[in-house]
Amino acid sequence: MDILYSIFIDPFAQMIGAPDLLVQTLWDGLVGGMLYALIALGFVLIFKASGVFNFAQGIMVVFAGLTLVGLYEAGVPAFIALALAIAVMYGLAFAVERVVLRPLVNQPDIILFMATFGITYFLIGFGEFVFGGDPKVMITDDLYLPKGSFNVKMLGGIVNFQRLDIVAVVVASIMVAALAVFFSKTRIGRALRAVADSHSAALSVGISLEQIWVIVWFAAGLVALVTGIFWGARSNVSFALEVIALKALPVLILGGFTSIPGAIVGGLIIGVGEKLAEFYWGPLVGGGTDAWFAYVIALVFLLFRPQGLFGEKIIERV
Amino acid sequence: MKTKQLCVAIACAGLMASAVYASKAQAEDSIYVPLLTYRTGPYANSGIPIANGMHDYLAMLNERDGGIGGVKLNIEECETGYDTKKGVECYESIKGKNPAVVNPWSTGITLQLIPKAGVDKIPILSMAYGLSAAAVGKDFPWVFNPPATYWDGMSMIIKYIGGKTGGLDKLKGKTVGFIFLDAGYGREPIPLLEQLAKDYGFKVKLYAVAGKEMQDQSSQWLAVRRDRPDWMIMWGWGAMNPTAVKRAAENGYPMDHFISVWWGGGEDDARPAGAQAKGYLTLNFAVPGEKFPAIEAIMKDVVGKGKSQTPKDKVGESHYNKGVYNSVMIAEAIRNAQKLTGKKVVTGEDVRRGLETMHITAARWKELGLDGFAAPLNITCADHSGHQPAYMQQWDGAKWVKVSDWIQPMTDKVGPMLDAAAKEYVEKNSGWPKRTEACDKAM
Repeated sequence: MDILYSIFIDPFAQMIGAPDLLVQTLWDGLVGGMLYALIALGFVLIFKASGVFNFAQGIMVVFAGLTLVGLYEAGVPAFIALALAIAVMYGLAFAVERVVLRPLVNQPDIILFMATFGITYFLIGFGEFVFGGDPKVMITDDLYLPKGSFNVKMLGGIVNFQRLDIVAVVVASIMVAALAVFFSKTRIGRALRAVADSHSAALSVGISLEQIWVIVWFAAGLVALVTGIFWGARSNVSFALEVIALKALPVLILGGFTSIPGAIVGGLIIGVGEKLAEFYWGPLVGGGTDAWFAYVIALVFLLFRPQGLFGEKIIERV
Repeated sequence: MKTKQLCVAIACAGLMASAVYASKAQAEDSIYVPLLTYRTGPYANSGIPIANGMHDYLAMLNERDGGIGGVKLNIEECETGYDTKKGVECYESIKGKNPAVVNPWSTGITLQLIPKAGVDKIPILSMAYGLSAAAVGKDFPWVFNPPATYWDGMSMIIKYIGGKTGGLDKLKGKTVGFIFLDAGYGREPIPLLEQLAKDYGFKVKLYAVAGKEMQDQSSQWLAVRRDRPDWMIMWGWGAMNPTAVKRAAENGYPMDHFISVWWGGGEDDARPAGAQAKGYLTLNFAVPGEKFPAIEAIMKDVVGKGKSQTPKDKVGESHYNKGVYNSVMIAEAIRNAQKLTGKKVVTGEDVRRGLETMHITAARWKELGLDGFAAPLNITCADHSGHQPAYMQQWDGAKWVKVSDWIQPMTDKVGPMLDAAAKEYVEKNSGWPKRTEACDKAM
């Protein structure tokens, strides 16, 4: 009976008894979820353009963050370093298209997928060669990102808001909205969907595959840079950030690999779900549930909606 | 055409023979010291300074003294990425080269190597990490974990907390939170913490941090806010440490009640949180700083000559000096082995005897150019840890400051538990060999 009470009654009693902590948990989940959504967005962009799961998205986050801080440490002023980091991400997109993707046009998806492994290991090695393995402190002050927090008295307690988290949520929301509009309302967006459906069909109607791929990889690079800045500011910029990108996988399963709104909704469900689970039910199993709970949520969704919440249902003639 | 092929074959054979000869010649007149290190991956922020300290001290001995006892040290690093699988691969790749000693630098790797050490006749030196029970020399003749085990460390922290609370008896009714990396390393001190909680009547709250969550931890620190533990203890590593310090500060946890084991005491663990980290406490057993003659020699002969990967401003930092401490033990064990055997080029079997007879007094630390660097160390045949004291250091916003005297571990509590844990390990691993190695007299 005790165990049933601990699972079904006590957590809800805690929520009612200390609503301020519930709000704090939901806020932390929302912030985490938006940041997961940002990472997932990078995956979605490339998947939409090439039908390939870009394994390198995580290391692109690290590489972008390290480039920014590395340039700054080399004496480049912060905003020029930011501009140069954007240029580097464009250069990377160009190089990936020229060296990796172009020679693999019309190859099976699995070949392209494996190529992203190659990009990952190259970026790890190259990043460590250029910037070293030392963690770096994000240049929050120089980028005028706010520090500190403020407390709001509510529901009989205090809810703490980190200023950086608020900015992260706002910036992530703007970025997601802008990309959603860009890829759904513009000619490039339509071209992108055509490329995703069939490389050869897209080529036959005059769509420049090279141009689309460079644009999409550059957009994913920009997303990686923003993600690197905010995750880096929350902790530090190091190769450990790459691991966080794995969190995007359950987000994508949930939201669908091809849906930008899906990435956002999926990110929020995962973010809030895992925080609630860890905070209220985690102690029952010794904690550490946030390492696996996201995958449980994804698994449940896979059972009922294999294509994800917003993913396209694939119907193929056999 | 045939003549050309023959010429190529002869040239290749000659090249291979000369390479084999060169490597054999090097093996015969040098002592092979492999260093399992990690300069890459999620734990690199902790691994790099330690790797640098270990390498630089040994390289300094080569440069300044021509090695040890007139024999050069052949130092070779193998990158593990703090990954147990890669660590074991490193071990397998170096074990055939007659290593003097192996330093796994990961509790996970150490646990894998413990059963192999006796078979391969290679001593394992797991400095202040690894399996606590390996301190029992009777059952683990090939494994060493000086200067203190994790259980010693935990007992020192509880002793310090007791001192601040007005005595260990005043801990009754208090709550101690324990935030740890959810891996073999982080879970290692929990049995002792729970035993001490029973003995002194305090409550324990556990907060596990999975490796993938190291850079988030918001749930764990929110739970800390809910549970309001009187003290927080941390067993973190890599990116977990700086993130935990940041989250503690963000959640308004009093930093002078937040104590880490020695592995949370790097500059890069506290620095990212800036002034907010002020007051954060950690144990330490190797005093940071570069004003020691041995460290100055490293600066002059190794770093100054560009024979190191260490930036000049990082020499003498907290984790760097722990790496130096590790290499001092390697060097002293080799010296002891040379004295015991009369050989110049010693083997793993010899170095095991050297480790088992290691006695670094305060006078010896001074001779080594490290006066006041660490507490005297005494390893014996029965005691492979030494159970040496550590001190508490506090982050003042810019650097570590020593804020306590040397704190002795509670050996009366830890000793019997270690014996019991060693016995349990032996019983669980059926066929665990009985010790046959003879004990030498202390040097």
